[in-house]
Amino acid sequence: MPSFIFEQLINGLTQGSVYALLALGFTLIFGTLRMVTFAHGEVYMIGAYVGFEIIRLLHPNFLLALGAALAATAVLGIVVEVLAFHFLRNAPHATSLLVTIGISILLVNLAQKVWGPETQSIPFGLLGRLGDFEINVAGVYITFLQMAVLGVTLLLMLLLYFVINRTKLGMVIRATAQDYEAASAMGVNVNVIYMAAFAIGSMLGGVAGVLVGVYYNLFYPTMGGLYGLKAFSASVVGGLTSLPGAVVAGLMIGLVETFSVEFGASNFRHVFSFVFMILILLLRPGGLFGGREMAHTRGD
Amino acid sequence: MRGLKSIMANSPVLLIIAAFAAVPLFVANMYYLQVLVFIGIYAILALSLNLLNGYVGMLSIGHAAFYAIGAYASAKLTIDLQLPWVLALAGAGAIAGGFGYLIAKPTLRLSGIYMTLVTLGFNMILFLVLQNWMGFTNGPLGIMDIPPPSIFGFALGSRLQYYYLILTLVLLTVFSMHRLMDCRFGRALTAIRENELAAEATGVDTTRYKTQAFVLSASYAGIAGSFYAHFVKYISPDSFTINESFILLAMLAFGGQGNLIGPMVGAAALILIPEIFRPLLEYRMFVYGGILIVMMLVRRQGLFGSRSYRLRLTRFDPSPVRVYQRGDKFLPEG
Repeated sequence: MPSFIFEQLINGLTQGSVYALLALGFTLIFGTLRMVTFAHGEVYMIGAYVGFEIIRLLHPNFLLALGAALAATAVLGIVVEVLAFHFLRNAPHATSLLVTIGISILLVNLAQKVWGPETQSIPFGLLGRLGDFEINVAGVYITFLQMAVLGVTLLLMLLLYFVINRTKLGMVIRATAQDYEAASAMGVNVNVIYMAAFAIGSMLGGVAGVLVGVYYNLFYPTMGGLYGLKAFSASVVGGLTSLPGAVVAGLMIGLVETFSVEFGASNFRHVFSFVFMILILLLRPGGLFGGREMAHTRGD
Repeated sequence: MRGLKSIMANSPVLLIIAAFAAVPLFVANMYYLQVLVFIGIYAILALSLNLLNGYVGMLSIGHAAFYAIGAYASAKLTIDLQLPWVLALAGAGAIAGGFGYLIAKPTLRLSGIYMTLVTLGFNMILFLVLQNWMGFTNGPLGIMDIPPPSIFGFALGSRLQYYYLILTLVLLTVFSMHRLMDCRFGRALTAIRENELAAEATGVDTTRYKTQAFVLSASYAGIAGSFYAHFVKYISPDSFTINESFILLAMLAFGGQGNLIGPMVGAAALILIPEIFRPLLEYRMFVYGGILIVMMLVRRQGLFGSRSYRLRLTRFDPSPVRVYQRGDKFLPEG
């Protein structure tokens, strides 16, 4: 097999792992609150810009940028939760949805005012030689940035798996997802758990933002729109409540997009994720894995 | 005598219509007329979205898709097929309605939020197709030189004529929707919104009515799109992004939904606010986003959403309505 296929495979996986990170955020939030947020793409955009500012102004340090983006998006996630969901706990679903749409409009325009509508890049050389570094594995070139994206994503997925399945916080989140009334009766402060789910989901989005920003070295205010919606369709394809489903669907969409460019359908590469989403909704509304819950043991 | 009473009963409505028809006597400025025409277009769009969001309670967040279909269909029909505008208008409505059927038929089996997601996905797909299908839609360059509307050989030219045309279209929309919402169809939709299970249990074919509502709503949006295309004479995918759908939602959120007044007030307000406060024009989307958040938190039903304002457009009948005439002895009179 020619090596370009492997290179495209790596490209697709890199792209897909970012979708997967974002989709995990959507899934975590939907799984816990049973509510959809449309501000997630913009949280990701803000994360990217925070990382960009840290690298450009303070210190060209990748980890510092990641940390700052994590903190900023966690706070932003809690703000979104409080505005759109905390005050509207008993309102119809549509109400919260509209508030998140409002927040996303505000954030995009805020970014346009603060950073300008044009595309920005980290000045050449600030990242040191990280950008050019690549290794050759049996004739296949993998850049350092690709390894960083894949590595950080994998690390975060393992961490999330650990937190959800092995810690007390994760147990409480799973309990709340399963039945918030019962969890509340057992002494869980459901409101805090909702905020925690939002914060964790948003942090995953913020990291994805920094990774994409540094990988493509492009930052623009509307970067969250299409990415957010694609990741959202990945989350739907994965079943909206299944964390492994979100990862698989995200990687799948990344791979399909990359290979569609290779096979001459580059104009329509952005369409695939939405077509997948609609097909899955029509044929298998439970998602790829038949609607497995975030909590592996379903109560009802 | 009866005719006079009928006119008296409808007098507030007739007065409002007369006031709108007289507006050009006082507003000579072409720019103001243009703003009024845009208010008309968005009033039809907001009303069509209201049919879904307000009356049936199905949240569609991709309504700009049907607006786009109407605009492109009408432009294509008049330019490529040389159809007269009246036929293109009907065609745009029909084609948008057809797409509405294709979307509604399979998705209405799904529960609320999933249907909403499909409308979102459809809007994204349509936008990307319009942008990339160079052969048919001319991609991001858009379609230029769309002929002005001609009604039986009389081509419209001035802003004034456009104003009266859109006024007619808005009035037709309002009256047709009023009739629809007052008959069996409208009551069925309201029943579905209030309690779908109960409606189903009392024999309302919910899926059928929801499909019909979706198709109707799509074709109203298509008609607005057709007028837009022939008014601006140039269309490109940028006019039909997901933002456009969000603006429509903000209009409903502001004006209120579930009646015919709220969406029109919302459309007028959200077009006028940035126009009146010119410095705000740059912050237009801030205003829309802020309105969505504040209205949802403070007054969820919108300005005029708390009750169903009724246009009194019925034949005046002095005898009290006797609903329960068929042997319902347990129910109170009147």
